[in-house]
Amino acid sequence: MIQETFKDKLVNFSFVFPAFLIFSIFYIYPFFYIFILSFQEYDLISSPVFVGLQNFREVLFSGTPWWDSMWWNSVRNGVFITFCALTFQNFLAFALALAVDRVVRLNRFYRVVFFLLPVLSEVIIGLLMKQLLAGEPIGRGVLNQIFNNIGLSGFTHNWLGTNSVLFVTALVHCWKGFGWAFIIFLAGLQSIPEQLYEAARIDGASAYQSFSKITIPLLMPVLTLIIVLTMLGTMQTFAMIFALTGGAGGLTEVPVMLIFNHIKSNQAGLACAEGVVLGIMLVFVSFLMFFVSKKIREKYGVLSN
Amino acid sequence: MSYQTKKFIVSIFLHTFLLSVALSCIFPFLWMVNVSFKTQEQFDTDYGLEVSRTINWESYKTVLIEGQFWRFFLNSVFYTFITVVAIVIISSLAAYGFSRLDFPGKKYIFYTFLAAMMIPLPAGFVPVYVLLNKLGMINRGGYILAMTNMGLSLSIYLLKTFFDQLPRDLEDAARIDGCNKLQIWWNVGLPLVSPALAVVIIFNALTVWNEFVFAALIFTDDKFMPLQVGLMQFSERMVTQHTLIMAALTIAAFPIILLYLKMQKQFVKGLTAGAVVG
Amino acid sequence: MKFLKLKSLVLLALFVASIPLVFMSLSGCTSKKSKQDKIIIWHWMTDRKDALDSLAEQYFTQTGVRVEFKLFFPPDVYASKVIAAGRAKNLPDIFGILGEKKTFASFIKAGHILNLTPYMTENLGAWQNRFYEPTLAVTTFKEKNNYSVPSGVYGVPVDTTMMQFVYNRDILTKAGLDPEAAPVTFEDFFSQAKKIKEILGIDAFVCGWGETWLLNALATEWAINLMGEEKFQRTINGEVAYTDQAWITVFSLFARLRDSGFLPTNIVTMTNKEAEDAFSKGKAAFSFNGSWSVNVYKQKNPDLNYSFFPIPKVSGIYPAKIWGGAGSSFMVNANTAYKDKAIAFLKWLTSKEQQQFLIRETNNFPSIKECEETLPPILKTLKPNLEVLTHPDVWDKNEDSRVLEVMNRGLQQILLGIKNPQDVAEEIQKVKERISKR
Repeated sequence: MIQETFKDKLVNFSFVFPAFLIFSIFYIYPFFYIFILSFQEYDLISSPVFVGLQNFREVLFSGTPWWDSMWWNSVRNGVFITFCALTFQNFLAFALALAVDRVVRLNRFYRVVFFLLPVLSEVIIGLLMKQLLAGEPIGRGVLNQIFNNIGLSGFTHNWLGTNSVLFVTALVHCWKGFGWAFIIFLAGLQSIPEQLYEAARIDGASAYQSFSKITIPLLMPVLTLIIVLTMLGTMQTFAMIFALTGGAGGLTEVPVMLIFNHIKSNQAGLACAEGVVLGIMLVFVSFLMFFVSKKIREKYGVLSN
Repeated sequence: MSYQTKKFIVSIFLHTFLLSVALSCIFPFLWMVNVSFKTQEQFDTDYGLEVSRTINWESYKTVLIEGQFWRFFLNSVFYTFITVVAIVIISSLAAYGFSRLDFPGKKYIFYTFLAAMMIPLPAGFVPVYVLLNKLGMINRGGYILAMTNMGLSLSIYLLKTFFDQLPRDLEDAARIDGCNKLQIWWNVGLPLVSPALAVVIIFNALTVWNEFVFAALIFTDDKFMPLQVGLMQFSERMVTQHTLIMAALTIAAFPIILLYLKMQKQFVKGLTAGAVVG
Repeated sequence: MKFLKLKSLVLLALFVASIPLVFMSLSGCTSKKSKQDKIIIWHWMTDRKDALDSLAEQYFTQTGVRVEFKLFFPPDVYASKVIAAGRAKNLPDIFGILGEKKTFASFIKAGHILNLTPYMTENLGAWQNRFYEPTLAVTTFKEKNNYSVPSGVYGVPVDTTMMQFVYNRDILTKAGLDPEAAPVTFEDFFSQAKKIKEILGIDAFVCGWGETWLLNALATEWAINLMGEEKFQRTINGEVAYTDQAWITVFSLFARLRDSGFLPTNIVTMTNKEAEDAFSKGKAAFSFNGSWSVNVYKQKNPDLNYSFFPIPKVSGIYPAKIWGGAGSSFMVNANTAYKDKAIAFLKWLTSKEQQQFLIRETNNFPSIKECEETLPPILKTLKPNLEVLTHPDVWDKNEDSRVLEVMNRGLQQILLGIKNPQDVAEEIQKVKERISKR
């Protein structure tokens, strides 16, 4: 590499500059604003009162024991839904992408259909699923009706009942969101050159071997991307859940819903503290993920950046 | 069992799996379109579960003309188009910069962008609104800038990941041919990441198309409002008119599906082009 | 490889240059304050758009002054919008505020809202005397209030809202009950509802308890009835604990409702809209809802045969109160250049003719007294409530939001059957003590 002069570096930076400018106005500046707010008691209109760490204490340690509080309860719910999304949703998406990559017939049909749900807004999916899952008079109980009609009345269930409401919410979230993971997986699969598989076949590799030695390693960057996106997307979701169940007495309350409610009840300081805490947790987990994926890639010896 | 029959059975199995998932995805959509073609009386008797025999465009007419959806629709097309173009240019420039070029503080700036995807800004609307107001930009310009920002982090991250995977040979060749950095980005970089660009375009088009909170926050005039705000107001006023709401929803959903259909081709094309080069 | 150097560079330059150009050409679209020749009003009442627009039209023909209503949805975003506009000093001439009285006070303290007392009291209080007292009380700050706001009237109510029980007369008849004899006590209500469930098999009572404020309103009404307003206030002041027997009794009422079997399954996921839909379609015999529901029921089912009744009493010792007051109000921007025009318009809006028009179009209970003879029969039955209205916004002190949050969630958890009243009371008390220590 030729040694670059200061002018060259300036030119290089100018590539990033437009993004950096917009980003400073709409992200960095508000970030400092909410960071300061999180140390205040403030309703965003009258004069703020500095309260030190009170908001953070309220968020982190208000329960007895400390993990038995609204905030940690919502984090637990969020983590549960994220876990379902990471496993079930991504596994489904990967299986579908593999299948669609193989089949010739109806290939385009599947690609379009699997992307229909991400197109619809979260609120609409929530409201629609409520009609299907909740019985009269809240919804129409269509799902249970179908089970009854086809003689599987054993499968009818109070889907939004105390025991299953969180799990059902997680499933609906996965169902709504798998389309994204699907198209990214598919893009990843199709970017693997066919020659590699052919070469492997000639060398006498079995289908399983070429899958585990070619497909999986080459998909590692895509997989990291999907895992991080799923985590961020799921931990910050709430519109669908809000439409489907509301908070249901805390049973389906997720962190962003709590933040939203606190903004609504004019406790902006508290809401900002919650935002900061959630942000720190997500940043920590995501960077850990990046680090792990880098180590794995280095170990496999593919695509060292 | 012969190879042929084995293949046949596998494909039956695959299609059953795919079709059953496809069915669950397509059902809400078909239901929505189906209801939009019904009259309210028909809907009240069958909840839209029977396929409508007659196609009734009345709901669409009402929504587009009386509900003024034609204007909301055009607004949304406008915002989505400008924002996506802006994001594609700005984020691909930045991603190329982060991936290939060197400047002081590069790592940290990139990490800041990454962190932005992760930290929610609950009261962030207040400083942004005040600042935009000071700049005299409580209007479409301010809205488009804010929307551009919303998609930047993820787009930069996505594109950088793709740039990182590309071999550098082509760029080196271009440099020897006498291209400057900007030309390399435009002529070599962008075509190579076009599959990722398809994802960026679809993702951001969807985000902007479905956005309503910031729009409702900053616009004071109905004539600037995008489709989703119109949709919210409309469904609040027409709460009992399910057929109208479904027609409005169908109108709101179709453009993105069309875009996706269109981008699908680009997607595949870009991928094959990339594979040939790689 | 071929490089179209010049062409691509020119294209690129045009592209990048076009972005700021587009932004520049777009700016200056908002109506500048100086050029404005009309009164701008912001509000969240999108459901009354047609009626308000037509009033604006009438006002223009009568006075030549243009008024424009800008209605925003959803209310949550509207609330943020007003806050942001306040911070940016960008508020319109007239606007509505959402939220507790504390928020209202903050807007006043920040200098955004005009004190209307001089206008209300001129001509021997001609304007002020038009209004029902409990309605106006919601937008009034008393002498030496706890919000440290100079006393005065700060908003003009256009309607009165009351939280009421309502029953479907046809369903009561079908179940062999007398539709003239609405339940008076909680026990009456409980046994009637149980009977309806047994005979007709339908859910007897629906309410949008997925939205916690409806739970809170009912719990407040029952608490005041059971322990009296004075003890209720002492709880808020921290002198009576939430673990007091009276409070546990109030919470236990919800546990009894849960165990009764006449509530819909998953009532904590029910929204107010869904409850209104169910009641108007005759899927439930009783409901608890605001007086705005008259309009909703009329739109959804014009033939619905229903009546309001006061809250089923849980004690004969203290009077039952009804949660209610100003439904929606208009505030005048303290910094507007059109102060007098804005006030003239609001005076016109709250005079008899316009209020009657609004009653006809939107079926809301009016904010002024003069319309009583022309009230539709169903609204007339609400009139006695005016004697017993109460609202957190007229109390000296309202409960802290953190405490309310825990209480509302606790009530939902009781309804779900995952907590008992005793535990919920203790939890609320714990938060109350933590908050008061600050």
